[in-house]
Amino acid sequence: MTATTTPTTDAHADGQGHGGGGHYTTLGLDNRKVAIWTFIGSECMLFASLISTYLIYKGKSPEGPYPSEPWTNPATGQTFPAILNIPVTSFSTFVLLMSSLAMVLALSAVQNKYVPKHSASDRILGSSKLWLWVTCILGITFLGCQAYEFTSFIHEGVSIRTNLFGSSFFTLTGFHGAHVTAGVIWLFTLLAIDYKRGLNPGDSTIVDICALYWHFVDVVWIAIFTLVYLIK
Amino acid sequence: MANDVQAGGHAHDEYHPGWPTYWKVALFLTVITAVEVSAYYIPAWETSWIYVPSMLIMSAVKFVVVAAFYMHLKYDHKLFRALFTGPLIIAMVTLIGLLFLFSKLAIKLGMLT
Repeated sequence: MTATTTPTTDAHADGQGHGGGGHYTTLGLDNRKVAIWTFIGSECMLFASLISTYLIYKGKSPEGPYPSEPWTNPATGQTFPAILNIPVTSFSTFVLLMSSLAMVLALSAVQNKYVPKHSASDRILGSSKLWLWVTCILGITFLGCQAYEFTSFIHEGVSIRTNLFGSSFFTLTGFHGAHVTAGVIWLFTLLAIDYKRGLNPGDSTIVDICALYWHFVDVVWIAIFTLVYLIK
Repeated sequence: MANDVQAGGHAHDEYHPGWPTYWKVALFLTVITAVEVSAYYIPAWETSWIYVPSMLIMSAVKFVVVAAFYMHLKYDHKLFRALFTGPLIIAMVTLIGLLFLFSKLAIKLGMLT
């Protein structure tokens, strides 16, 4: 890490702070950032309760199908394989991690919009539209993987009403998927602003709060991937 | 874009790492995820007692790295850190408490039938 420090234009000083509608607290903090962090804190507790429910019910379903081991229905003799699809979920986890990278690059591009760009790589890294699009596409890819997983579960006989595993699994991952969907919609609104008038350093806070939400969705998935998918 | 550290431009001094750090973090997260998934497919590891602790540790490391670098908690105001870690600690304690209450240990101790 080099020691170079480049101050970006202040939201209130550049005269173009379209997104700089926030007020500052007595600590000098933007109230919108305080709000998003408070919201994220409350979301931590929501997801902790959902994860707790899943873990408490884990292995307690009297009837299958089960997440990690095959099950034969004693009434019909039909055999169901282990339900969880680790390769697909590993891919979707990687996709979500890379979407977080794209999101921070989008924020960095907005903050450094007026920094001179001398090379092609600088111009690529400095394109907020490009990185917002990449984040959106990766988010949609993640949702596609989840839709595929849910569909295959239902085809294999597990729905939200089948057993304890189905109920707790669909509730947990469904809530997470709903958060990802909200994040994708939020990203598209930023893209719309970027196309309409361009995002400039004065808008860095509105991009930052969207980025914080997106990264939170990512860290929740990091926990879900390990606790639900990898630990049998 | 050659800078590795930049100011966010707010009323307080807010420094964010630059893209070289973001790429290094992404590589680190990818490597840990690859190790996690590999461990799942290595029977000797997957069946050993070290499997669950190692998975939890790797997951926690990824969580902390994303929060510190991508969410900028390492560089942001300590109030933001408190707003995140406070509820996170409450959530963790609640989760562990609930797991304990509904675990076999609680049944063994006569707290749950």
